[in-house]
Amino acid sequence: MNRIQRLAAGLCVLALASGVSAQQRTTVEEIERYRAALGDGNPAELWEARGEGLWKEARGPKKASLEQCDLGLGPGLVKGAYTVLPKYFADSAKVEDLESRLVTCMVTLQGFTPEQAKKNPFGGPGQKSDIEALVAFVTAQSRGIKMNVAANHPAEQAAYDIGKKIFYFRGGPHDFSCASCHGADSQRIRLQDLPNLTKLADAQRAYTAWPAYRVSQGEVRSFQWRLYDCFRQQRFPELEFTSEASVALTMFLAKNANGGVFDAPSIKR
Amino acid sequence: MKTKIATLAAIGILASSCATMMSDGEADAKALAVMKASFKERGQAKLDRLDQDEMQKLCSHYVGGKTLPKDAAERVEKEQQALIKYPADAKYLGDWKQGERIAQSGAGKQFNDDPAAPTGANCYACHQLSKAELSFGTIGPSLYNFGKLRGFTPEMQKYAYSKVYNSQAFAACSNMPRFGHNGILTEAQIKDVVALLMDPESPVNK
Repeated sequence: MNRIQRLAAGLCVLALASGVSAQQRTTVEEIERYRAALGDGNPAELWEARGEGLWKEARGPKKASLEQCDLGLGPGLVKGAYTVLPKYFADSAKVEDLESRLVTCMVTLQGFTPEQAKKNPFGGPGQKSDIEALVAFVTAQSRGIKMNVAANHPAEQAAYDIGKKIFYFRGGPHDFSCASCHGADSQRIRLQDLPNLTKLADAQRAYTAWPAYRVSQGEVRSFQWRLYDCFRQQRFPELEFTSEASVALTMFLAKNANGGVFDAPSIKR
Repeated sequence: MKTKIATLAAIGILASSCATMMSDGEADAKALAVMKASFKERGQAKLDRLDQDEMQKLCSHYVGGKTLPKDAAERVEKEQQALIKYPADAKYLGDWKQGERIAQSGAGKQFNDDPAAPTGANCYACHQLSKAELSFGTIGPSLYNFGKLRGFTPEMQKYAYSKVYNSQAFAACSNMPRFGHNGILTEAQIKDVVALLMDPESPVNK
């Protein structure tokens, strides 16, 4: 069997396994079962393969590929690029995370409008997300490389400071901030372990494990999605894709993970 | 001329680096402006959810190892206590079975939730309650045997009601939502949760 077939077989096992009295087992056991069923294959590889295709394909009004996109290490350099993001880019005069940088390149190189480039930021039933596939491809090229976000440029420092403020900002009907769940050691929500994102080891472990293939959703989820869904549960309004707040918060979390070895796309429940 | 250019350049660098050295108040204002521009209203979640009240503002500052001074904590608790609305019938105990349902459900107030649908308090997300439910979180303390340990007294019933209604009235900057104060639960629902904690027949006290 080739890799794709093996993955497909793994997914079938998964689909069957998840139907059997799932509620009687604990989440932790479920995760172990999923991992065992998948063996060494992570369905994220399907997204990585599609993302590589999208990266190389001449698309958009300008019929150009993304291969000359500068992700932070120079045009066309993908390996290790995710570990230096978010970063200030002189051409757009903005601090950009991977997702916003991809949008910029889709606009400047391929000629898409920003609206077209941001369409379907997150995949769902019947709608694939090109961005999530591209994110899977690009991030996979940083596997095994240490996080190294510089944050020396004044705009990067400002983004970090604002991101920190957002992390601790309590609001909404539940008075929640990011820190409500991610500000103390060894806590759980239900059975889910919560990383303390203010501590180095936890911050590294958490950040370097995103994006991830979410078994429960059957999708690869980007870091933008992770923040979007955290804020939903925080009872905040809807976070706009690639918004300044999302990039600033990513800057805070990414820089705090410096030194951690990047190991994603991963697989999560 | 050369010196002049160098001086100008130095001033430029200084100015640009000063621009990033925001005071704490400036950083707060900037962060709020950035958030207001980065979120959009959806369903019941309007942008006014980003407008902090005094408690939220204060508690967003005493973070990362900075502890809230005692006098400030006492002030918050006093202010929040004054905001508690007690049931007109002075009865605090509802139906513990309903309380268990409310404790299990995390629905409500999210932008994708139907505002007309019943809401929950998701107590189990953070607390142990009944012995039977193994899937509980640890952000808050265990509440197993809550009433049994404290006594099934009217005073303790009233305290439980107050704590669920407004946690900040007893522990300033607590992580726990103010379920009554912020309209997450109705009065009847809070009574049901109190029954879960305080009814001798509730699994919490078995």
